[in-house]
Amino acid sequence: MSTRHEQAAPEVHQEHAHPGPRTYVEIAVALAVLTTLEVILSYINVNDFARGLGIMICMTLKFALVVMWFMHLRFDNRLFTVMFVGGLTLAVAVFIAVLSIQRAIFA
Amino acid sequence: MAVHTTTGGHEATTSTGLDNRKLFMWLFLGSDCLFFGSLIATYLMYRGRDEALGKPGPHPAEVFDIPYTSASSFILLMSSLTMVLALSAIQRGDVRRLRIWLLATSLLGLTFLGGQAYEFTAFVHEGLTLRTNLFGSSFFVLTGFHGAHVAVGVLMLLSITVLASQGRIRQQDSMTVELAGLYWHFVDIVWILIFALIYLLP
Repeated sequence: MSTRHEQAAPEVHQEHAHPGPRTYVEIAVALAVLTTLEVILSYINVNDFARGLGIMICMTLKFALVVMWFMHLRFDNRLFTVMFVGGLTLAVAVFIAVLSIQRAIFA
Repeated sequence: MAVHTTTGGHEATTSTGLDNRKLFMWLFLGSDCLFFGSLIATYLMYRGRDEALGKPGPHPAEVFDIPYTSASSFILLMSSLTMVLALSAIQRGDVRRLRIWLLATSLLGLTFLGGQAYEFTAFVHEGLTLRTNLFGSSFFVLTGFHGAHVAVGVLMLLSITVLASQGRIRQQDSMTVELAGLYWHFVDIVWILIFALIYLLP
């Protein structure tokens, strides 16, 4: 006979099936490639804006890959995303505020 | 609607239907974003100020060893892979592979910490300390706190490895591994930001 607990458990622990080891290895390869690209970008002789933009794009992709696949935010309940993105948004707000103050003080 | 969940072998009732420990971990990681966001912003705020104020070096360009730090970053990134493979193993009920991957993750974490200790020592030998200039203060505080997070993560992983060896981590306890994994991956994403924003950005 199925109990209420048995019915609820899969919903709690596995909102969607997590990927398998093969997918994880593929993500790790992508992370390694992006890191290599970042380092190459830091050495090549282009203007600072283009170099900075390239590094920021690689950084953002790496960040998203780890959060979405390794931390399973892509597959888990949306409330976890709200918790994390909420903190991240506040952090970015603090970041922008601090750098704006710096610009005002040191200009 | 209250939903019964099984956490660590005992029943709990949550109004969200989600494991409270996992919810707490995500809340903690969200708050830790603020902590590291402030430290990174502080570093960037002071970047270039030493040169502008005529303060003595060393300055970032004189001490950073990008190939060395790239290798450290690669090691930490790969530790995220071994961590997620450990979780995958316990979710399949494979405790032997769980122990192997957790040990591999701990070793990679310790290697990263060893690399950071070596880097700090090299910087001190070049005359950069916490008190030397704004760069020294903000750099050591930021990377030091990150290193402390890695050290806590390694202790967590080794503790779980010991528990698994004693037969106290089974398939139904996979949430314990998942929580440690979330913390470990967070440490990794913070380093992704530090590596790009502190070491690589022109």
